[in-house]
Amino acid sequence: MNNQNTYYTSFTTLTLVLVICFFVNISLGSISIPLKSIVSTLFGNSDNETWKVIIINFRLPKAITAILVGSGLGISGLLMQTLFRNPLAGPFVLGISSGASLGVALVILGSGLFGGLFASALISKWSIVIAASLGSFLVLMAVLAVSSKVRDTMAILIIGLMFGSITAAVVSVLSYFSSAEQLQQYIFWGFGSLSNLSWNELLIFFGIYCAGTILSIFSIKGLNSLLLGDNYAKSLGLNLKQSRLIIILATSLIAGTITAFAGPIAFIGLAIPHLTRQIFKTSNHKILLPAVFLFGAIVMLICDSIAQIPGSDYTLPINAITALVGAPVVIWLLVRQRKMMF
Amino acid sequence: MKTANQHTILKTEKLSIGYNTKKEATVIAQNINFELQKGQLIGLVGANGIGKSTLLRTLIKVQPALSGKVLLNNKSLESISPIELATQLSIVLTEALTSKNLSVLELVALGRQPYTNWIGNLSHTDIDIINAALEQINIADLKYKKCYELSDGQLQKVMIARALAQDTDIIVLDEPTTHLDMYHKAYILKLLQKLTKDTGKTILFSSHEIDLAIQLCDHMIVMTHDNIFYDQPCNLISQGVFESLFPDDLITFDNTSGGFKVKK
Repeated sequence: MNNQNTYYTSFTTLTLVLVICFFVNISLGSISIPLKSIVSTLFGNSDNETWKVIIINFRLPKAITAILVGSGLGISGLLMQTLFRNPLAGPFVLGISSGASLGVALVILGSGLFGGLFASALISKWSIVIAASLGSFLVLMAVLAVSSKVRDTMAILIIGLMFGSITAAVVSVLSYFSSAEQLQQYIFWGFGSLSNLSWNELLIFFGIYCAGTILSIFSIKGLNSLLLGDNYAKSLGLNLKQSRLIIILATSLIAGTITAFAGPIAFIGLAIPHLTRQIFKTSNHKILLPAVFLFGAIVMLICDSIAQIPGSDYTLPINAITALVGAPVVIWLLVRQRKMMF
Repeated sequence: MKTANQHTILKTEKLSIGYNTKKEATVIAQNINFELQKGQLIGLVGANGIGKSTLLRTLIKVQPALSGKVLLNNKSLESISPIELATQLSIVLTEALTSKNLSVLELVALGRQPYTNWIGNLSHTDIDIINAALEQINIADLKYKKCYELSDGQLQKVMIARALAQDTDIIVLDEPTTHLDMYHKAYILKLLQKLTKDTGKTILFSSHEIDLAIQLCDHMIVMTHDNIFYDQPCNLISQGVFESLFPDDLITFDNTSGGFKVKK
């Protein structure tokens, strides 16, 4: 049982790295706070009120958001890659993020079309969240419906891309009719952001995230049999329709809420499962799922720390950083292996 | 009568197979009747496009029968739940694996899924059965290899080991000898014959290796345009069934050697 031991070592290392990244992430920011004060604040005996407010109300929620976003996107990418038998699948590629964007665009930009009073009632954070989740769920259902008819996995990816184009088209039509203010609001949402989440919002986020993650944990066995192909999975007693629905539901819950709260974040969902497979050298979801969770959280914390530009007042859009990190990783993987395994 | 029934694993009654489209049903073959006995090796042969795969797909419940019945252990296939079916019938298909990133051990272990708990934890019994399956197919040394590192012949053996680990009464294989060289074709079929003797399982496979099947099978199902024959190979030869298998302008069946010859 040599394998078992190496898994334990890898998991322990990853957990340690996650804890370190978490503290590093919290200690970085436009105002420098010594690590000692951070630790004492986190454990409830603060010496400085301002620092306490910064840490408890801003940095801590942001770090937790980063963990949820990174791990969640990684998990949904993993589920998609197995379900669609495609190494290039991920929330972004399959049009899930586009669906969410479309929902958000309709709420933010479309409100201009419905007129004054109605509009201000519409654009609350919650309407954005609901619109994004609904949008991603609908797109996923559409992709799934198509994928049951079209066996060619390439076609499914192209359909995802088409949804992206449709979104872009609708957004440009909507933006033609909307005010500069609304447009700015939509563009800023599109940059992605891990901050600005209150503890209350974080609680809702966490709740939905947990529901999605629990569903994915219950899908582990089915996901493993899906590695053999649909007919084999069926012959092993898997209820294909039900498992598919649960996997889709889990993904749209996780990816949908993440996109709603943090904006469309690129590449994490695609790159994390591949990097994890490189480290753990397995396709067994019982190992992969927790590994992807840890690894996604770590990468997202690091990306966020970079986005802070330590020592300056500027914050870069998180989406730019994840793409800068993620895209080269995907290229490197392809060049190195000449083939993407999953 | 009762003793005879005890040995019958799979039985078809007036089975009719084909495809149901919205407008009409396309019948590929009808009035199929056979009884597969316990511990026997059965080969299914026929020309391309005659409906071998359709018949197998109907028998393994991937597609529904147009009419008639398939009985597995005296129970109608339709009334068997997916999980119950998974403990009675296992399959080896021609379709490529979705993921070849699995190790041989992981892949064979998937055969235990019908018996494992909600998250798929393997018990000691499961691990023993997996190791026994690997030993029986002689691939214990490949245990930690990845599937993408294997040759076609090795991969076929691994898939058979997986089906064996599923521990079912019957294993159905769709063209297990395609892509293999002559030696490995014989090796795989010989292995299947050995498994029926050693484990008492019934094994049904489709193949184009008619001469090998004649030498190794206990019974054969021969599909021709007009009829479907089910008998022992020697009886099928004396009935002249194989002559009617193909158009006779290019190849003829040689009764004495039990194989096909190209016309000079």
